[in-house]
Amino acid sequence: MTDAPLISSAPVSDPQPIEDLTLLKEVASRTAGVSNLEMCIQCGTCGGSCPSAGEMDHTPRRLFAMLRAGMREEALKSNTPWICVSCYHCIVRCPQNIHITDVMYTLKDMAVEAKLVQNSTAPDFSQTFIDMVEEFGRSFEMGLASFHYMKHFPFRLANMMPMGMGMLTKKRMSLTPTRIKNMKQLKAILKRAKELEAKQ
Amino acid sequence: MTDYILYPGCSMEASARAYYDSLKAISKPLDLHLKEINDWNCCGATEYLGISKTPAYALIARNLALASNEADGTRRVVAPCSACYLNLAKADYYMREQPKFGKTVNEALAAGNLSYTPGSLEIRHLLDVIVYDIGLDVVEKNVIQPLTGLRVVPYLGCMVPRPDYDHRFSDHDYPVELDLLLKALGAEVVDYPLKTECCGGHMPQISPSTAFEMLRRLVAAADEREADVMTTICPMCQLNIDGYQGEMNQYFKTNYHMPILFFTQLMGLAFGIEPKELGFGLELVSARNVLDTLGVKAPPETPPAPPKRPRKPEGLPMPTPLTKAEIEALKKEVVK
Repeated sequence: MTDAPLISSAPVSDPQPIEDLTLLKEVASRTAGVSNLEMCIQCGTCGGSCPSAGEMDHTPRRLFAMLRAGMREEALKSNTPWICVSCYHCIVRCPQNIHITDVMYTLKDMAVEAKLVQNSTAPDFSQTFIDMVEEFGRSFEMGLASFHYMKHFPFRLANMMPMGMGMLTKKRMSLTPTRIKNMKQLKAILKRAKELEAKQ
Repeated sequence: MTDYILYPGCSMEASARAYYDSLKAISKPLDLHLKEINDWNCCGATEYLGISKTPAYALIARNLALASNEADGTRRVVAPCSACYLNLAKADYYMREQPKFGKTVNEALAAGNLSYTPGSLEIRHLLDVIVYDIGLDVVEKNVIQPLTGLRVVPYLGCMVPRPDYDHRFSDHDYPVELDLLLKALGAEVVDYPLKTECCGGHMPQISPSTAFEMLRRLVAAADEREADVMTTICPMCQLNIDGYQGEMNQYFKTNYHMPILFFTQLMGLAFGIEPKELGFGLELVSARNVLDTLGVKAPPETPPAPPKRPRKPEGLPMPTPLTKAEIEALKKEVVK
């Protein structure tokens, strides 16, 4: 966590009126299920339960306060959702039953959409993973790993060799992807789903 | 007879092959009948949810729809992979919790002539099924070769004990189901406070330093408690601790050697099944010590080389290399 002040000393040009919960409502409505995001009481149990909070620029608690305050750009620039490991410690401990992990997924989606992601290889990894799933209907570890490491971690390749070779010789990784039979059906479903998502 | 619809998930056919092999091997003695969903697709792991909501849930729900079409007498779906289990359970739960969302997902499914009624299937993890449906008494009855003297760490990772929408496990942080199962197998269960801490998930691919620290904590804690082996219920946990342990050792200049096996592999071993049938030897951090402790013969490390073609005895005579003395003699003759 950085000690950077939440609000810069420069005067805020357009302060949000206290009742304007547009951002909070947008995040809540884009989250699957009933997120309960507006119920946050700022207790901080989430940040205290988080195994990777040390690397986050804002704890989930602070991030939720920023959403309530309408600080769109600052919130979507945060590395917090990208550092989240989906361990669900915070969800089960939250006294207000906020679906914190799912809110993090929504924030990732919104950050990519607003082009506000700050140097993380995560969106690229997710996108490559999904491109393969949309093509084959199954994940393709070999393709994903080689593509991602070549692009983002070329210097790790030497260290990765023993693992990669082990995975290949033990046939724990396939050189060729597996494709499901009814790709046509899956593609039609995903196409419709994307249209529905765009409408919301 | 216990019937279930099986959603294996992508890992079971690749990196977690040992999990699938050992599951098949123990199904018979446990009288567990698994019917794989025909033409299932990837659940999207933790990747699609962060990209786009409706497509992510439609991808998951296609499997639920296929499963409910095929359901023949049973409504119970079992997933051995934690991420798959959670995704299926989550899609079902949110579609129930928010009917409007359920309707949207079904609209997407309709494009493929499918539909799913939220709540119509029972989504279960394999560990839950073995402990609560089959029962520890049945497990115990099948033990031929107790895992006596083997110190085992029960490691569950995150996504099965949490969020646990339908309250199937004893606790979110310290559930005891895996401990009890290992005890039934005769193993010495290590009291491991990190049993539901995160293995790092996809972090080895995204932020290696974050991942290595998470892995180090888990492996160091197991090592400090003098465990012989860790056991897990999740392909991702196994892959991270097994596959990235070498790189983690390099990163911290440590020298840990902590094997990690799937709980089904240990069950199979206790049931007296051949290690080879259970996927032993597929791990990168060798679990040979487990077999040695129990006095079980290990499968060969690499497949034996094909026998060499026997030389025909009546082949053409080949010149044999000259000995040193013969060469010297020849030299002398040439000089003469």
